[in-house]
Amino acid sequence: MSIVLIVAEQQPDGALRKATLNALSAGKALAEKSGAELHVVVLAKDASAIANELKDHGVKAVHAGSAPHFEHYIAEAFAPAIAELAQNLHADFVGMASTSVGKDLMPRVAAKLKAAMASDVMKFEGSGTDITFTRPMWAGNVIAEVKLATPVKVFTVRTTEFPPAQKGGAPGEVKAFTPAAPGEVKTKFVDFKEVKSARPQLTEARVVVSGGRGTKGDFKEIEALADVLGAAVGASRAVVDAGWVPNDLQVGQTGKVVAPELYIAVGISGAIQHLAGMKGSKTIVAINKDPEAPIFQVADYGLVGDLFKVLPELRDAIKAAK
Amino acid sequence: MKILVTAKRVEDPESKIKVKPDGTGIVQEGLKYKINPFDEIAVEEGLRLVAKHGGEVVVVSIGGKEVHEQLRHALAMGAHKAVWVNHTGPLDQMGVAGLLQKVVEKEKPDLVILGKQSIDDDQNQVGQYLAEWLGWGQATFASKAESFDSENEKNKVPALVVGADNKTVRVVREVDGGLATVECQLPAVVTTDLRLNQPRYASLPGIMKAKSKPIEELIPAGLGVDVTPKLTVTKMSAPPARKAGIKVPDVATLVEKLKTEAKVI
Repeated sequence: MSIVLIVAEQQPDGALRKATLNALSAGKALAEKSGAELHVVVLAKDASAIANELKDHGVKAVHAGSAPHFEHYIAEAFAPAIAELAQNLHADFVGMASTSVGKDLMPRVAAKLKAAMASDVMKFEGSGTDITFTRPMWAGNVIAEVKLATPVKVFTVRTTEFPPAQKGGAPGEVKAFTPAAPGEVKTKFVDFKEVKSARPQLTEARVVVSGGRGTKGDFKEIEALADVLGAAVGASRAVVDAGWVPNDLQVGQTGKVVAPELYIAVGISGAIQHLAGMKGSKTIVAINKDPEAPIFQVADYGLVGDLFKVLPELRDAIKAAK
Repeated sequence: MKILVTAKRVEDPESKIKVKPDGTGIVQEGLKYKINPFDEIAVEEGLRLVAKHGGEVVVVSIGGKEVHEQLRHALAMGAHKAVWVNHTGPLDQMGVAGLLQKVVEKEKPDLVILGKQSIDDDQNQVGQYLAEWLGWGQATFASKAESFDSENEKNKVPALVVGADNKTVRVVREVDGGLATVECQLPAVVTTDLRLNQPRYASLPGIMKAKSKPIEELIPAGLGVDVTPKLTVTKMSAPPARKAGIKVPDVATLVEKLKTEAKVI
């Protein structure tokens, strides 16, 4: 029986990273197409709690690898254990959510397995081991269908394309395993500093409010609207380049690619660079005083007006509507 | 220190990318090309490290003769010499990592800095494959803990901190939910995120000097690397077009639409 192996992720605080559940439902979709069993692996100092949490999500087996050197995530320490398990199981597919750990770890696993890899997969098609992976290129301006010719195929999935796996079905078997000790690990963990913000993270937020050059660097109204909506704050490149807001707020091809349910672009003209980073949003609202701004071409709802007048009004109207 | 950096030739991020009607690729006409923005950050960081610790920055690019433009760009920024892997035709991440591995074995750098991804393929894999195949440590998504307005950034202080004994590098990584710091033994592979630094502009004297800096040519066959792609793109298509939107006259209408039509608030 062919096997799809999904790699679970533990957050620095010890909890299961929720994106793992999206990866599991991607794994399930792939397992159905390829006629495979769905397995999941978790590596942690003590993997039992997360293994138990995962076993009810429609998986055949949970492989729980516990070892002291899994206390902090390091690609060099984790990759050999996953590659070894994948080989022992004869897994045909090894995948993970496209989180920062997934992006860091899976190419290293693939390199160990001499396997080709597709990143940010949005869809699987085909059957058996003849699977076509659909993934974005050029920041989503192109959707590509990709084939991998190696015996083992590795991938990460774009979590916004797959719903979180639900509990149900027969519980999977939890199998504890002891990975072989890694060779010399040449990278050591020093520390992790959580960036605390009252607002959600840009790439995970349900709603994003972004400001552009039209704000003239005054983000007070953008932030106030974001707080009413429980939204993350984003920015265009022009604003970041001007030094008005930190770089990590940049939405665009070279910044963050976001796909929230609601994206509100305020005072943003809509350069190609920016559009590439937010076109995947479900509903787009543009507020700009220039009626000819290109942003209106991608917006579901456009409002022509001065943001400093429109935003306070919008904030009050949303509060009233809630 | 000897630092190897990469300079992939990619479409200008400001260009409009269109898919050919037959889905075999993108329309090349009218496109401008640049150094991959993340690689430009890698070049900058390499130059800063060398300014602090001494040594040289070697820039490598893979492609046809046209990649000389990107190599010259990096040389004009201040890189000391260039390696051109002369290859035309398809190449996947394993091919690129395999070629870079050979270049690394030849050049023996203390540190390899690459962009975390190129803005065409968006795969974000090569640095990690390379580190594994070399048996080196990796620190992906290198970022900096302070803002671009800081004195350190204005004075072009490197964000990567090399240990006093020149045996380790400390890297702040931008990860989900915060910043993780790791320390790698040298030699190591580092990939750059957007917030690592602000690349310098090439000066006119820099551009003039770049013209006389050496570009060494290598070919994949000479490096003994089989670059037959294991990953093939079978079809490209444009993302589903957004349906034409509407302009709303006022805030009240907007909120009404968001509530009843889009159902997002």
